[in-house]
Amino acid sequence: MRYLPHTEKEIEAMLAVTGHGQLEELFAHIPEDCRYQGDMKLPEPLSEWALSDHFQSLAANNYSTSAKAVLLGAGSYSHYIPEMVPSLIQRSEFLTAYTPYQPEMAQGTLQGIFEYQTLTARLLGMEVANASMYDGASALAEALLMALRIAHKKHTVAISSAIHPYYREVVHTYLQAGIFNIIELPVAENGRTDLAGLKEIDDLAAVALQSPNFFGVIEDLETASREIHAAEALFITCFTEPFAYGLLRSPGISGADIVCGEGQSFGMPQSSGGPGLGMFACLKKHQRNIPGRVAGETVDIEGKRGYVLTLSTREQHIRREKATSNICSNQGICTLTAAAYMASLGATGLRRVAKLNYDKAAYLKNGLVQAGAKLLFSGPTFNEFVLTFADDFKPVRQRLLDKGIIAGLELSRFYKEYEKAYLFCVTETVARTVLDEVIEEVRS
Amino acid sequence: MTHGPGISGLIMEEPLLWEKGKQGRTAFSMPDQDVPEATVEIDKNLLGDGPDFPDLSEVDVVRHYTRLSGWNFGIDTGMYPLGSCTMKYNPKINEKMAATPGIATSHPLLADELSQGTLQIMFELQTFLASLTGMDAVSLQPAAGAQGEMAGMLMFAAWFRKKGEKRTKILIPDTAHGTNPASAALCGFKPVLLQSGSDGTLDAKSVAELMDEETVGIMLTNPNTLGLFEQSIREITAIVHERGGLVYGDGANMNAVMGIVDFKRCGIDIMHLNLHKTFSTPHGGGGPGAGPICVVDELADFLPIPRVIKSGDKYHLQYDCPDSIGRLHAFFGNYGVLVKAYSYILSMGAENLQKASQLAVLNANYIRESLRDVLHLAYDKPCMHECVFSDKKQQEYKITTLDMAKRLIDHGYHPPTIYFPLVVPGAIMIEPTETENKDDLDQFIDVFKDIIQEARENGELLRQAPTRTKLRRLDETQAARKPCLTG
Repeated sequence: MRYLPHTEKEIEAMLAVTGHGQLEELFAHIPEDCRYQGDMKLPEPLSEWALSDHFQSLAANNYSTSAKAVLLGAGSYSHYIPEMVPSLIQRSEFLTAYTPYQPEMAQGTLQGIFEYQTLTARLLGMEVANASMYDGASALAEALLMALRIAHKKHTVAISSAIHPYYREVVHTYLQAGIFNIIELPVAENGRTDLAGLKEIDDLAAVALQSPNFFGVIEDLETASREIHAAEALFITCFTEPFAYGLLRSPGISGADIVCGEGQSFGMPQSSGGPGLGMFACLKKHQRNIPGRVAGETVDIEGKRGYVLTLSTREQHIRREKATSNICSNQGICTLTAAAYMASLGATGLRRVAKLNYDKAAYLKNGLVQAGAKLLFSGPTFNEFVLTFADDFKPVRQRLLDKGIIAGLELSRFYKEYEKAYLFCVTETVARTVLDEVIEEVRS
Repeated sequence: MTHGPGISGLIMEEPLLWEKGKQGRTAFSMPDQDVPEATVEIDKNLLGDGPDFPDLSEVDVVRHYTRLSGWNFGIDTGMYPLGSCTMKYNPKINEKMAATPGIATSHPLLADELSQGTLQIMFELQTFLASLTGMDAVSLQPAAGAQGEMAGMLMFAAWFRKKGEKRTKILIPDTAHGTNPASAALCGFKPVLLQSGSDGTLDAKSVAELMDEETVGIMLTNPNTLGLFEQSIREITAIVHERGGLVYGDGANMNAVMGIVDFKRCGIDIMHLNLHKTFSTPHGGGGPGAGPICVVDELADFLPIPRVIKSGDKYHLQYDCPDSIGRLHAFFGNYGVLVKAYSYILSMGAENLQKASQLAVLNANYIRESLRDVLHLAYDKPCMHECVFSDKKQQEYKITTLDMAKRLIDHGYHPPTIYFPLVVPGAIMIEPTETENKDDLDQFIDVFKDIIQEARENGELLRQAPTRTKLRRLDETQAARKPCLTG
């Protein structure tokens, strides 16, 4: 086997040094009643070539292999990825390195993380960012736990029902062991979170909103910030589509205390939902409460600028059960991917691609409304929106599916109250011809 | 004379991203504007100016990351004997397989019938991992080992909640990874420190003394972080089970025992695996990992949702599990990492995986025997996939573990894990893995011996190390005292 370099002769020579007759003797001290019985049930090994064939046949069973367009977002977005991004970040000096615990050998990774933290903070309008969480969902759960630590005498958090349903499920999982209350805030007619009930909630540590929210509707974060801070709670915002901040006012400028979300849009393939990137940022005054790793600037003994992992007394390998989080491995290489992606866009590019997303989504939204569909919510949107259809949309959707187009996500899968409603997403990767085809199919 | 970027050999200087670039440059191939420009129908007060990102050209970005990569050291650069981390070779073909069009491009919310290829990989990997560990059921969802531990602890809590018992403590050995007590605490349990015996392994008697009816059970790592097999494991798990408790196994060190140890027979109820260790997926400078959890039948209903099941020849996502602890990840965990591990297992097969464990243990024992005369061996008994020394013999020359580690860097090696586990003061934990050949091990051993000789004869060489890197030792105190986390 090509990954196992030992020759029989070398094994013999090494066993002579260790004082064993054969390899099995290395395990002689393992009690008999702990031993594996017989052989593991695994397929016969495949050559590199047979493995590639196997993957071709697996891929053939995925719709995406031949699809023309998948008009779904809902936390996973199709964006163009410049070839240089994977080709640079796949360099094995980055990819096959461990966590940078020996900074003299890992300045590439460390400067890369520092740059990622900086670009993330700028994108979100925040003062500091960490070196990533697993994904947007666990980042939100950790943000709520962080807020509960900061407001340590309070035990209640409120989260909007317009936050991604799976993110809310993860929040419930993460907080289930604690003595916490989770209140879900209702959705108003315009598709924004209804904050009217906040005043009646006692013991409120934090309120979390998503913007654009699961329905694609842009929340009024500034107004929300005032109401939430008036209720003496911390304001957490999350996101699934960071491209929105190429056009929108950043959550930080709008008054958020902690901002988190999913960074998959920035250079990661959709890959059935992972690996993505949990982006996490906050105000500087909370930096010692942040979960996970952070890189910081320092100097070496000759005074040259360099980077190290820092504030590690918050972390599990030092603080153990008193750590701010149990996270150790994070999304590592995905931070470099996102930073390289943000760098390749630049301020100008991010704005142009964001606008193009807006334009294309508006084209489909308006086209379908003219063809008879109705907007479920009146609030403004970015690249996702919800439409309802008077007649049964299912046969139309099936015809489009047969033509290689997935036309939206059935909202009743997540919200029973919204029947015949579909969540659409259009990014820069969808050609106008596809959008015209969808509009035409609905019109006919 | 004007200086170019070169500072030493072919290592280049490179500023921060925003210290270069000019407004108006671009590195992005802009897609066609094939729809009319739309008027933005968003209230003015919701709109912003966009972030202050530098505008760079494609060559700017390419040079930037290429230069940064030159300051890094990966497994492909050289030996990386970082104990407890299993830095084995990461096969190239796995990367290619995970990037297969149609697999890498699949949306997570497609209907089951439209993602049969995706689901087949998950289902088969669940089956493989069950077979590898001897356990009955698997969830692939945890995104890293620590999230697997958290899932396990939540399952402990859910199990006792269902039984109507209130237990609040958990036994955790002093050799445990820091994530163990942190994960337990996150799930509401109070860690009780279990001291390992004088031989570096757990004593069943001390477990018997501490395991009471307020204790949910024990969280242990086997082989443990000293690289030793817990020989009383059966006795320990029997005591815990007799007193109504459960046993969590941290599978971080699985690379020592594939096809050799059956964890269900050992009495483990829940364990996680680190696919980025044992199953060859790259660490990526910190992640992403994957930490699937494997459980016995009695606990299967508590696993996170969704899991993949097969009925007839079709694969389905299963959500209807009322006892489940719920969802841990927005979708299916770090799916791309799962694909790489699946690709590795298919490339290796049962026989080679077992051989990998044998060679990993052989390599560690070979290093242990070769360095035992010059370095103090923390526990003089056969080791598994890693061996733990200390700086005890070098103390008389006022040389520390850190000095030796930093000097290894000058010689082109990534240092071993140092100062862990905590029970060995000045620990040097070496895990060579099976993918290092004898010649490379011999060279590493010779270099280590030379460094130890330098420690006696010219200690300054070690205290000043590293000297051949782009940067020398960094001031970590200043970094923590006045944190500068963004530029």
